[in-house]
Amino acid sequence: MDTETGAAPAPQRAAAPHPPPQAGDLIDGFRLERVLHEGGMATIWAVASEGCAAPVPLIMKVPRIGRGEDPEAIVGFEVEQMILPVLRGAHVPQFVARGDFSRQAYLVMERLPGESLRPRLDHAPLPADEVADLGARVAAALHDLHRQHLVHLDVKPSNIMFRPSGEVVLVDFGLSRHDHLPDLLDEEFRLPMGTGPYMSPEQLHYQRSDPRSDLFALGVMLYHLATGERPFGAPTTVRGLRRRLYTEPVPPRALHGDFPPWLQEVILRCLEVDPSRRYQSAAQLADDLRNPNQVALGERAGRTQRPGATRRVRRWLTSLGTELGTAPTLKQASDVVARNPIIVAAVDVDAAQPQLLEQLRETVRRVVHAEPGARLACVSVMRTARIGMDQLTDGAGRSVHVRQLVALKHWARPLAQALHLGEGRLTYHVLEAPEPAAAIVDFAQRSQADHIVMGARGNSTLRRYLGSVSAQVVAQASCSVTVVRAPQPE
Amino acid sequence: MKLALLTDLHANREAFEACHEAALAAGVDRFALLGDFVGYGADPAWVLDRVIELVRAGAVAVRGNHDDGVVHGPRPTMTDDAKRAVLWTREQLGAEQVAFLDALPYTASEGELLFVHANAFAPQDWEYVAGRSEAMRSLGATPARMTFCGHMHEPMLYNLSSAGKLVTFVPAPGIAIPVSPLRQWLAIPGSVGQPRDGNPAACWALFDTGECTLTFHRTPYDHDRAADKVLAAGLPAYLAQRLRDGH
Repeated sequence: MDTETGAAPAPQRAAAPHPPPQAGDLIDGFRLERVLHEGGMATIWAVASEGCAAPVPLIMKVPRIGRGEDPEAIVGFEVEQMILPVLRGAHVPQFVARGDFSRQAYLVMERLPGESLRPRLDHAPLPADEVADLGARVAAALHDLHRQHLVHLDVKPSNIMFRPSGEVVLVDFGLSRHDHLPDLLDEEFRLPMGTGPYMSPEQLHYQRSDPRSDLFALGVMLYHLATGERPFGAPTTVRGLRRRLYTEPVPPRALHGDFPPWLQEVILRCLEVDPSRRYQSAAQLADDLRNPNQVALGERAGRTQRPGATRRVRRWLTSLGTELGTAPTLKQASDVVARNPIIVAAVDVDAAQPQLLEQLRETVRRVVHAEPGARLACVSVMRTARIGMDQLTDGAGRSVHVRQLVALKHWARPLAQALHLGEGRLTYHVLEAPEPAAAIVDFAQRSQADHIVMGARGNSTLRRYLGSVSAQVVAQASCSVTVVRAPQPE
Repeated sequence: MKLALLTDLHANREAFEACHEAALAAGVDRFALLGDFVGYGADPAWVLDRVIELVRAGAVAVRGNHDDGVVHGPRPTMTDDAKRAVLWTREQLGAEQVAFLDALPYTASEGELLFVHANAFAPQDWEYVAGRSEAMRSLGATPARMTFCGHMHEPMLYNLSSAGKLVTFVPAPGIAIPVSPLRQWLAIPGSVGQPRDGNPAACWALFDTGECTLTFHRTPYDHDRAADKVLAAGLPAYLAQRLRDGH
């Protein structure tokens, strides 16, 4: 092989064109019944699972792949095939099966009842309370996805469905970005990816990992639902898309005199060109939409005129990353009193679920981060029998104590790095004791700890039989105790 | 089939044991060992005996530059520490173990899978897949859908789309990544015996051929013990320190 000539041309792995599936076809045990929707990139079929009855009605999404089809459709479908199976909870359609491109590419998932939010757009403007309620439900769903490391990046009415309970379900993850999976769309296309009216400024700059992009899109949607107009039109060219970088949306109050100032405040905040000036989480946005009287009314709420040249220049400069305005900086370097608390992180490295260990670490990070002088003691309890000899080495002859210590250090390592905990600010302790709760309380007492942070046993059956260690610690400790639970998908 | 990918063991018994145990716990059916079984660490003979056992039981194994150095003498391009370790290692090994290393192939292919220590474009020259351009070059040099290689000690995953676009990804541990059959993939599990990405936990990966997913794993082990053994063997102190730091 010639090693000097560089890369040989990559072998073509294009999807082989298949004849399009027909009603009645059987694909991997799924019988195609009828077409529910014919989209630009995919066809949606109602399917029945042959053999075993599916617990929910099913659809099959089949990408439109043929000669001359948009490669974006293929890559987008690969992305969705990759992402949908890892998502959990009520705010995504339940994944059932996927078929790869070597035979027939498809995705089978739960069929959601009813229509998307799209038809409601035709009835805009909708009453403010309906817009707020819809917005809060969409934001709650987005927050759940953001917590699952996902940015949707194509939030729009046609991608919003509902469960009978009213909960919002987001669909179509073909443009999404998951923190833990390769971004197949990265550098793949020369044009910004998204749906024109909803695309955030950072998406225009090819940034695909900011959850606040979804809040921008949601702001566009809420603006449209509430006013009947699109804040940035429906551009079809990159130049047209870029106009949102320097053109402020017309304040809803300039369109409808009776538009509630609080809702204008919320929506215009979502539409800020700089993500740091938007809501910083979907949960905060949902909170404001549910509690209109708690919304802090600022300058945005007061706008009643169409934006003038000054505002245009300001938005443009902000979009260039230039600091403008008088927004207070987040870190007030005012009277920070040096404090040196001791924080105990009690970690059940052997038995706790990974999600709980991660959540515990994050909580400890926040607690320690909040106190610049804090010292962190990581504690793990090795249970010993009350009476008699314990087997303190495992089958391979390694010390159980050392194993726990190794696991504890492994757990704490990201903390040490994130917090730059130097010498003496981080200690490790494996306690050998028959009663974990008593051991933790005793340790905290002895070390004059200010705060214990620990996980709660998630499984209620376990708790019933073994008792709750955290409840005992809470009851017996003489310092503050934070009990951490792993986040559960809703 | 669940295939465990272990590479750059570097005579680190503690790390190898921990990864082997973790792989069996994850239900692995078979092992692929991507070279550099020796060099740097304090337990070359023990590690090599285990590798030989695994190969007899059906594991894939290919030759690494340190394995080659032990057989043929260190290359001039090796660092001084690496040369010292190679020469020390040679003294620890018996004839049968050296013969095993000498018989290792540079590459192994099984269907759509290619196993190679350094890269697919010149396996015997030990050039690193250090970034995008080398990854492109390696992917262009093989028709294999999946290339598994070592040599680089940091976990990394590249893929090439049919349009010739390369995607680079630093994998998060414990996440099953679906590997689309429309792409060519180059996976570097990272080093078992001497991780260098700032995390001393041992690296390995699991390829599930049925699910078509690839999962990168980090397995903590008693790296202080392994480092102490490096010092006790009289090997360069830096080789012990990097086990503790993961650098």
